[in-house]
Amino acid sequence: MVQCGHGPRFRVHEVRSPEPAKSGVQNPESRVKVKLRSRHLLGIEDLDRSEILTILDQARTFREVLDRPIPIVPALRGRTVVNLFFEASTRTTTSFSLAASRLSCGCVNFSKATSAVSKGETLLDTARNIEAMGVDGIIIRHASPGAPHFLSRHVKAFVVNAGDGAHEHPTQALLDAFTLREKLGSLDGKRVLMVGDITHSRVARSNLLCFSKLGARVAVCGPPTMIPPDIEQYGCEVFYRLDRILDEVDVVNMLRVQQERITSSSFPTVREYRAFYGLTAERLRNLAPEVVVTHPGPVNWGVEMDFDVAEFSRALVLPQVTNGVAVRMAVLFLLAGGEGEVRS
Amino acid sequence: MTRRLADAKAVSALVARLASQINRHNRNVKDLALVGIKRRGVPLAERLAARLNAGRRARIPVGAIDITLYRDDLQMAAETPIVRGSEITFDINGRTLVLVDDVVFTGRTIRAALSELLDFGRPKAIQLAALVDRGHRELPIQPDFAAKVIKTRRSDLVDIFLKETDGRDEIVITKTGRAKKLEARC
Repeated sequence: MVQCGHGPRFRVHEVRSPEPAKSGVQNPESRVKVKLRSRHLLGIEDLDRSEILTILDQARTFREVLDRPIPIVPALRGRTVVNLFFEASTRTTTSFSLAASRLSCGCVNFSKATSAVSKGETLLDTARNIEAMGVDGIIIRHASPGAPHFLSRHVKAFVVNAGDGAHEHPTQALLDAFTLREKLGSLDGKRVLMVGDITHSRVARSNLLCFSKLGARVAVCGPPTMIPPDIEQYGCEVFYRLDRILDEVDVVNMLRVQQERITSSSFPTVREYRAFYGLTAERLRNLAPEVVVTHPGPVNWGVEMDFDVAEFSRALVLPQVTNGVAVRMAVLFLLAGGEGEVRS
Repeated sequence: MTRRLADAKAVSALVARLASQINRHNRNVKDLALVGIKRRGVPLAERLAARLNAGRRARIPVGAIDITLYRDDLQMAAETPIVRGSEITFDINGRTLVLVDDVVFTGRTIRAALSELLDFGRPKAIQLAALVDRGHRELPIQPDFAAKVIKTRRSDLVDIFLKETDGRDEIVITKTGRAKKLEARC
């Protein structure tokens, strides 16, 4: 026992506590734990509101880590994840790699072009081989909807969906929600308008689910050929003319025209698309002063948005990218932290 | 069995004592700053700063540090602890820092806090102040200032409640070892 300081030891009389301490009140901070119900992040569909808020709240603390002089914490030291990307991506792979390295988590990048997939190796074989090398998590992007779900049933590692076909892209939705919450405080009761190719967009599906679960009222707008016929079942309004709804919303969420996923021609020409559904310089000027603009990137400048949006003070496109790293850190931390067996 | 070691009045006296220890040791230190370890080290650091500011011209900045991401048992925990975030808004380079926590026990929290602080910069010196030192260190770490040193068993729980976080000022010790023995007898 060490006697510290100088002078006589301070005496405190010891009093019997009138009532025994309840078991729940001791060391409260050590008992405050979080747990997602699933050990994978496959889609926003599987998350409830409180889980989404848990991820977003944790992301805020990781956002602060990114501003430190040394923006690296040892939280996931010794863990390794793999970026298993079967589709092209710069933003998402880089973002996940950075998120992992900021947590001291190893990260291996896999791209389809240089892999044995070109020799005919199946998805499951590729994943099992990589897992056999000792990775804790697999971050997968695949053109087939459900590929991450399939993988999650066959590997021990945790699986993060980084985009599966036109199905879901949960981390994009989470980072959009994070960015909007930072800007607007809360999404409760806010009107969010998603503009563009709803049918082919996994971002649209994940965002729609995420924003609705956070209490926002979501509306979609686009050419009839790009809006799924049963979209109302998600509880959102549908508009076919942008100018009718644009001045009634708090958030404009522009979507990318996904030329690689559009098989038949969904609209006559790019110029016509821009005229009807593009966020043009003119529409930008007429936006109400509090409206914010988001876009998941990469932007087709001159198609869904004019380049003027890049200079627009209420465009959140770059903050979205920065916040993406923090949100992905939170996701990796929540999924990779703790022992695998206990979470199953 | 739970016993109260200090009531509100005694806690306040302990804080005063800790402040005077820090003050005596750092009387001529210019760039002093306090960093509280979340959660209860933070209100404690605020209270100490309020007392230390009384005899000084410049206000002493207070930061808060959350050590969760630096814990050495992070990967053994069954569930993921909530990370509350650190807030150090001043430059710690060249400063003398006093790290403040409510209880010093194994020393592992302090180890984590030191690692994290050094990622914020290179302070001139770091001192450690705790309201209670309850022994049972597992690392070679000792407080420079402790208002109260108490003998405990390893299995005892020492809880410090502060108005800011818990609505009351109180220090309580719970003997869990004996409770378990009693249970076994029943």
